[in-house]
Amino acid sequence: MSSTKFGDTGDSPLIPPIAGSSLFHQAMRRLVRNRLAVFGMVIVGIIAVAAIVGPAIIFRATGYTYDYIPPDSDLVRSFPPSWTHPMGTDNEGRDMLARVLLGGRISLMVGIISTIVSLLIGITYGAAAGYAGGKLDELMMRIVDMLFAIPYMMIVIVLLALFGGQTALGQLILLFAALGAVSWLTMARIVRGQVISLKNQEFVTAARATGVAQWRIVMRHLVPNTIGPVIVYATLEVPAVMLLEAFLSFLGLGVQAPLASWGSLAAEGIQNIAVFPWQLIFPGVTMALTLFSLNFVGDGLRDALDPQTRRS
Amino acid sequence: MLRFVIRRLVSTVPMVLVVVSLTWGLIRLAPGSFYTGEKRLPPAIEANLRVKYGLDKPWYVQYGKMIVNTARLDFGTSLKYEGQSVNAILWRAFPVSAMVGLLAYALSLLVGITSGLYAAVRHNSKWDYTSMTLSMLGISVPTFVLGPILVLIFSLTLFWLPPARWDGFATRSAVLPVLTLSVIYMAYIARLTRSGMLEVLRSDYIRTARAKGLSETAVVLKHAFRGGIIPVVSLTGPALAGLITGTVVIERIYVLPGLGTYFINANLNRDEPLILGIVAFISITILVCNLLVDVAYAYIDPRIRY
Repeated sequence: MSSTKFGDTGDSPLIPPIAGSSLFHQAMRRLVRNRLAVFGMVIVGIIAVAAIVGPAIIFRATGYTYDYIPPDSDLVRSFPPSWTHPMGTDNEGRDMLARVLLGGRISLMVGIISTIVSLLIGITYGAAAGYAGGKLDELMMRIVDMLFAIPYMMIVIVLLALFGGQTALGQLILLFAALGAVSWLTMARIVRGQVISLKNQEFVTAARATGVAQWRIVMRHLVPNTIGPVIVYATLEVPAVMLLEAFLSFLGLGVQAPLASWGSLAAEGIQNIAVFPWQLIFPGVTMALTLFSLNFVGDGLRDALDPQTRRS
Repeated sequence: MLRFVIRRLVSTVPMVLVVVSLTWGLIRLAPGSFYTGEKRLPPAIEANLRVKYGLDKPWYVQYGKMIVNTARLDFGTSLKYEGQSVNAILWRAFPVSAMVGLLAYALSLLVGITSGLYAAVRHNSKWDYTSMTLSMLGISVPTFVLGPILVLIFSLTLFWLPPARWDGFATRSAVLPVLTLSVIYMAYIARLTRSGMLEVLRSDYIRTARAKGLSETAVVLKHAFRGGIIPVVSLTGPALAGLITGTVVIERIYVLPGLGTYFINANLNRDEPLILGIVAFISITILVCNLLVDVAYAYIDPRIRY
């Protein structure tokens, strides 16, 4: 039974695959039935599409870009929302809508890329530790325990404050690396636990008996089977990383002007909160809505992929 | 238990040294130095200062001196705040951060556990849905958005609370920072309490307790609570660490003279002794907090033995 289910080694399967509802299809059906998760996916979809195509549309329609400062000095001040600037303008007269959309682009990018970085490190490390087992596993997990206790936020602050500020792109890459490097620990633990519970099952023994190489067993047989919890954790990781990025940008250590992320926009807005509240409210609410939706999607995915822990 | 505590305390020493060494290495590898500011010193003065602070020695001598000083908890004097020892700054700034952090910790435990418990008992009720939606909102709204909005409402519109000042513990000035900091943990704790309690309430020994004819209050508070609260206890270790570092943002919003403010400024000024001092101090605090949480764990869950 396991040879068809997990058999992707290229050997011809003895039993033809049965058409019908796979685990994946069942999970999808459960996910679609969860109204909050669907709502979350729709909102995230809208915001992501707006962040990708929005700036170009605004430029076509009004001629504003995220870094366009009007040459007329009368316009270099913060205007409240109006028809030409639906979210108002910032202190330099730049269009807030364009900046919020750019901020969304960068915030989502930071969230996704850093999550991918943490996935790569976490899966490799966790799978290696779990499959190796014994002393090596113990040592590797002790290291993870130690790293958990380190106030990593402080190290990230030191890293960004001392090495950053050269170029905007360099700062972004530093941010991806720093955030990805601190958030792989939980992923490693999850993958290790899964691998340990899987590695003594029959399909792995079968693969070993047919002479599949060690790394191939790990990569083709074990890792794909850990995908459920990993997807769930990764979905919840994206909003967490976005929040972390926003903190750092808020402290002036992350994304630098004229680029913008939701955190750096909020940092600019908070200085003028009493006079120009729209500078804080629009990026802040957009970010909160996105995180809200992403968290619902993550919760929905967890319930869909792992019906046992379903809390209903 | 005592042996466990001693062993853990001993094991914090190498960990603090690792964190401090890492920070020291980062500072050394980074381009520029404290003296490459906007106002350049004449080279002769800079050279004299470097000799005074031992910066002319080879790196391993400097590193060794730094480790010895850290082990003696003597972090030297700040480069930026002239004539002030790092320890004096720590003792001035830490109480501010600690008060905000601990008050927020207490508030989030109180509100989070109560509302989570009630949501679990009244499962699928209106209260359950409301509190869970609110807690999802609490997790999603970043503190730096929530904080300014609270300031806008309570300080700048209603004039009830000061927007940015610090008068100390249990004053009106502490209300907004503590509230802002605690919201996200309140939300996490409420969700964890609810899911933990729901799982326990479904278990066999609860059915037994009900079958014995115990009152619902006794079942929930005496039998279920202890088991249902364990996920919350395991969150509180990381939460304490998060509260301590989370105050960085809160201190920026409310302009509080706490450790976070000094830490950010020290980094921007490249005030090396101050950076190292704060990193070491916070590492020790977090490790001790984690230890306390582990001890609490053993008290709540008798199955855990050290």
